[in-house]
Amino acid sequence: MTLSRRGFIKVGGAAMTLPLLGGTAFGQAEKLKIGFIYVGSINDNGYNYAHNQGRLYVEENLGDAVETVFVENVPEGPDCERVVRELAQQGCKLIFATSFGFGDSVIKVAPEFPDVAFEHATGYMKADNVGLYNARFYEGRAVCGVIAGHMSQTAKAGYIGSFPIPEVVMGINSFVLAARQVNPEFTITPVYISTWNDPAKEADAARAMIDQGIDIIAQHTDGPAALQVAADRGIVGGFGQGADMSAFAPDTQLTAIIDHWGPHYLASAKAVLEGTWAPGDTWEGLKEDVVQMGPYHSKVPADVVTAAEAMRTGQIDGSVHIFTGPINDHTGTERVAAGVTMTDAELLSMDWYVEGVIPPA
Amino acid sequence: MDLTIAILVTVVGASTPILIAALGELVVERSGVLNLGVEGMMLLGAIAGFVVQFHTGNHYLALICGAAAGMAASLIFGFLTLSLSANQTATGLALTIFGTGFSALAGASYSARPVTLMSPIFPELAAHPVLRVIFGYSFPAYFAIFMVFAIWFFLKRTRAGLILRAVGENDLSAHSIGYSVVKVRYFAVMFGGAMAGIAGACFPLTLTPQWAEGMTAGRGWIAVALVVFASWRPFRLLGGAYLFGLVMTMELYAKAGGGPLSAIPSELWAALPYIATIVVLVLISLRRDASTNAPACLGKPFMPSN
Repeated sequence: MTLSRRGFIKVGGAAMTLPLLGGTAFGQAEKLKIGFIYVGSINDNGYNYAHNQGRLYVEENLGDAVETVFVENVPEGPDCERVVRELAQQGCKLIFATSFGFGDSVIKVAPEFPDVAFEHATGYMKADNVGLYNARFYEGRAVCGVIAGHMSQTAKAGYIGSFPIPEVVMGINSFVLAARQVNPEFTITPVYISTWNDPAKEADAARAMIDQGIDIIAQHTDGPAALQVAADRGIVGGFGQGADMSAFAPDTQLTAIIDHWGPHYLASAKAVLEGTWAPGDTWEGLKEDVVQMGPYHSKVPADVVTAAEAMRTGQIDGSVHIFTGPINDHTGTERVAAGVTMTDAELLSMDWYVEGVIPPA
Repeated sequence: MDLTIAILVTVVGASTPILIAALGELVVERSGVLNLGVEGMMLLGAIAGFVVQFHTGNHYLALICGAAAGMAASLIFGFLTLSLSANQTATGLALTIFGTGFSALAGASYSARPVTLMSPIFPELAAHPVLRVIFGYSFPAYFAIFMVFAIWFFLKRTRAGLILRAVGENDLSAHSIGYSVVKVRYFAVMFGGAMAGIAGACFPLTLTPQWAEGMTAGRGWIAVALVVFASWRPFRLLGGAYLFGLVMTMELYAKAGGGPLSAIPSELWAALPYIATIVVLVLISLRRDASTNAPACLGKPFMPSN
């Protein structure tokens, strides 16, 4: 009895934890008010931090023409719907929902506010006033994979994932494909921890993988916990995700994938101001500067830096696409024929692992 | 063998904060008070511990300040529920929400600032491949086990412990023979707050040397569930905390190792501690043994005049 009551209370308590409203408020009607919804804290030093940097970039560049509002720590689920509606009712004419799991809420609320432009990050559902935007993080993963392939002594890397959604699966596959171009023996065992932000669990997952023989770690969660464990255990290294995390592991971060949303947010804001906004479906990467690589650590040997740079510049000039066949899946069956490049649609619905990934249950 | 040791070391790390927080809540509940604010007090302890460690570099001072922060928060709870007889469930939930929000506010300028982990107490033995399973930890792991014995001794073998249990089992009787129910409960609530604060401070000091909002990620709730699991007994709590820690950790090792255990879906792993709690509750209810039940006055405000 007692437990069931507590369980109920816990769920209720979580739902009651209202996200904090932040941002600036000036209240001048002619300004374009832009709303941002973040799944985590802007202080996570990773994914949400990067989106917030994008918001600040818009403010810097457009100054008094815009006013921005953000809501952080919004859970993916029904509560997001309320937040989207509130922002629209507050007068936001452009709303960025920055996490995959916000998609359902945006699609549901958007028809109620036909004069508001919605943009959903990393999603797949469009509507008359809902555009999509995404970044080709996998391009950065490929650069990291090259470094991992060269530098791993054990040819085994760990990869902490949040949830097995296409975005994460694609990143894992890109990393492994690039690493196996260097070292065909390279394997990865992804560990999903079912959360974007639980530093202690991320750290324990890193410990679990390091204890079982990996010497390079990558993560697709929002914080630097795994990198800190890598530093503590003194393995070869790891990668920053979302932002430069070298402050947390100065001797361990080999490079970082930096999300640089600013240019995209600026373009959308300008389009709304000029009345030219249309629901787009953009997917920009290293070339458009939406994905950037952090500095290479001095312990990355020069020839490895050269190889990583070749991967980076190749993706910028279009000569390299990491998802070009032949690609086998983890059972060894050919999924992409030689010379064929996967389409964006195929990538965005990727639900299989390439050879070299030991798939989780 | 090496892997088993490594797993056990991680288990102890993961279990220690849960054990410390649950021990505090156990004492609180044995005095008849249900404080659901453990998660919030842990977060306040975490940010206080982090800030002090960041500015002073002293881990022990950080733990003490974490305890003080948890205790201060528990005093708010105590004032509302004991002095003003407010509803304990609602006040506890409010405390959790307050702790979550206030710790985020206090920690806003401390992101991107790493600290250092607490060193093991026995650095030489901590490097030993086998002995580290016993000697490889920093202070909180030993503190937690010491407190299991201390709280058991206090509750079972001391007069003060007897009074505390009497207050929890029958507040009116304790009151009628001259004990101050409210005073006893204040001490219990403050102790629980201090323990939750220490448990929270363990996160930045022993697990991940950083501050992240909501970094206790629901473990305060696990601690509350654990008290029920342990049927309000310190040694069962010790076993329960390590069992919960083992399940949480084995999930990750099994997935990373790719062995036969990795075939168990992660949803089942996540549910296991709670399934175990339900099983234990069923077993307890089958025994019809009054001594294993919850303190009789748990969650009831003390109102002698009515």
